[in-house]
Amino acid sequence: MTFQHYRQEVLALTMRWVRRLSREKFSMLFTLVQPMLFWLIFFGSLFQRAANIQILEAPNYMSFLAGGVVVMTVLNNGLAGGVDLLFDKENGFLERMMSTPIHRSSVILSRYLFVMAITGMQILVILSIAFIFGVRLETGLPGIAVILVIGMLFGVGLTAISMALAFSVKSHGDFFSMLGFLSLPMIFLSSALVPLSAMPGWMQAVAMVNPMTWVIDAVRPLIITGWNAALPRVGMAFVILAIFDAVCLYGGAKAFRRAIG
Amino acid sequence: MMDPAVVIDVARLGKTFGPVTAVEDLSFTVRAGEIFGLLGPNGAGKSTTLRMLITVLPPSTGTATVLGHDIVAEADTVRSLIGYVPQERAVDRFLTGREHLELLGGLYHLSRTETNARIDELLKLVNLEEHADRVAKTYSGGMKRKLDIACGLLPNPKIVFLDEPTLGLDVQSRLRIWDYIRQLRENGITIVMTTNYLEEADQLCDRLAIIDGGAIRVIGSPLELKTGLGGDSLSVTIKEYETDKLPRLREGVMSLPLIRDVRLNPTGLDILVESPEKSLPAVIEVAQRVDCSLDGIEYHRPRLDDVFVAHTGHGLRGGTPDAVEE
Ligand SMILES: Nc1ncnc2c1ncn2[C@@H]1O[C@H](COP(=O)(O)OP(=O)(O)O)[C@@H](O)[C@H]1O
Ligand SMILES: [Mg+2]
Repeated sequence: MTFQHYRQEVLALTMRWVRRLSREKFSMLFTLVQPMLFWLIFFGSLFQRAANIQILEAPNYMSFLAGGVVVMTVLNNGLAGGVDLLFDKENGFLERMMSTPIHRSSVILSRYLFVMAITGMQILVILSIAFIFGVRLETGLPGIAVILVIGMLFGVGLTAISMALAFSVKSHGDFFSMLGFLSLPMIFLSSALVPLSAMPGWMQAVAMVNPMTWVIDAVRPLIITGWNAALPRVGMAFVILAIFDAVCLYGGAKAFRRAIG
Repeated sequence: MMDPAVVIDVARLGKTFGPVTAVEDLSFTVRAGEIFGLLGPNGAGKSTTLRMLITVLPPSTGTATVLGHDIVAEADTVRSLIGYVPQERAVDRFLTGREHLELLGGLYHLSRTETNARIDELLKLVNLEEHADRVAKTYSGGMKRKLDIACGLLPNPKIVFLDEPTLGLDVQSRLRIWDYIRQLRENGITIVMTTNYLEEADQLCDRLAIIDGGAIRVIGSPLELKTGLGGDSLSVTIKEYETDKLPRLREGVMSLPLIRDVRLNPTGLDILVESPEKSLPAVIEVAQRVDCSLDGIEYHRPRLDDVFVAHTGHGLRGGTPDAVEE
């Protein structure tokens, strides 16, 4: 196994994901211009009047929501990241790939690369749309770079969870019900839609152990407050994400090894 | 030392999935350049056996070597030497035929020029040239199967493993796939295939192992297996008043070529023959020469069905009690 071979494998596999996406024109549109955007635009406008600016500590609900929508996008992409491998496992394509002399990790790595690239592009689309609706990033372009890095770090762990699920479940029905079971509470029991201070006590407690909250609490001040408020939160998010990713990657690797041998 | 003609050597291989024993204590060898078949009903353990040999499933017990390389310790070397055509139509609906082959070119570490040359060759072989740039979801079942086969051949393997290559295909496509497989053998490629079609095993395989309930029941060439049950035979009945001519008739028949054995019975002869078509006229000629009038003559040809029933105690379509529909 040489590095050259490894690169060739990963490239060929990543190319496959890109080609698949480009074949599904409709799905591509929805992937890049995610339904998440509707959250931003419709919820942003809808709850504008209901929202109490004092509690939000933001100029308006839309700028408050932008950070949450960015992280929700990362969540959705990450948790859906294993779906294609699930189908590959079910229809025998995975076995075909595994019967070739590739390094066992190439398939996984190609998937990370692809999901991360798509997620990065989506984050940029969302921030651009928010910009059109008047949301100005307090931390400017460097802030965008930090948001992308945080998004990727969160996405890696989520994609690992998704792939671990894909390799472990018996049927794809199980996979999708587990995803639904995971993703909704992760969104609602976090600071994505409302700030922690507006939640009842028990909810706050749950939200505090949800990594989603810590990620949003780092992304949001980068958008609405500025570097001074953001930096400590960003530092905290890095620590949480390092732990989160370590756990997820370890679990993912175990599930993968059990399924592939 | 290993016989150089042996390309796959399987020794006491077994696989259990939790409480389920999929296959148990398999031992067989595959020789260079032959078409080796695993014949058995659904759930017999054919795919499991193949998956272990192509290194995607680690065995629970036993060992096997492919071209002298251990399937566990040297899995990567084995993978680079073999091609695999899975049982499922393992195609990506959203990729074109050519893109499938390009992907595999990357996975087998072929250069771009090598890959392209190989793709042209294979598309021609399986007659998919015109459809190469259409996405696979527009392919018929037969076309998907052809693409599958092309994928298995892309690395220019020494050994190709095919899992139920003609399952669910129409007669025409089946015959065409038999042709490809024979063509591969002519090019010196060793073929290991599974099937649950008796006719396919009979027509196509040089040697086969009958596998049932996770164990091999018998191994041999289709002819050997049928011969093992007595082979083809002619039964000659002579007119009652001619019984005194029976010894002379027997002598005459025994001197014919292609006769394996002749047994006397009260009303005539049971003749074991290589080929009833060839021996029938010769036997009639002998009867005329010794001036013996025949009352009747019939021939019996044991079929692979009979072999299967004899070794497993049930018919192939009946299946085993734990047979699974796939
Ligand atoms: N991954 C698996 N987990 C549990 N049982 C399995 C698995 N794969 C195969 N089996 C079982 O092993 C037996 C043999 O299956 P298989 O090799 O697919 O048979 P065949 O290919 O001859 O139809 C069956 O009883 C099947 O249910
Ligand atoms: Mg099978």
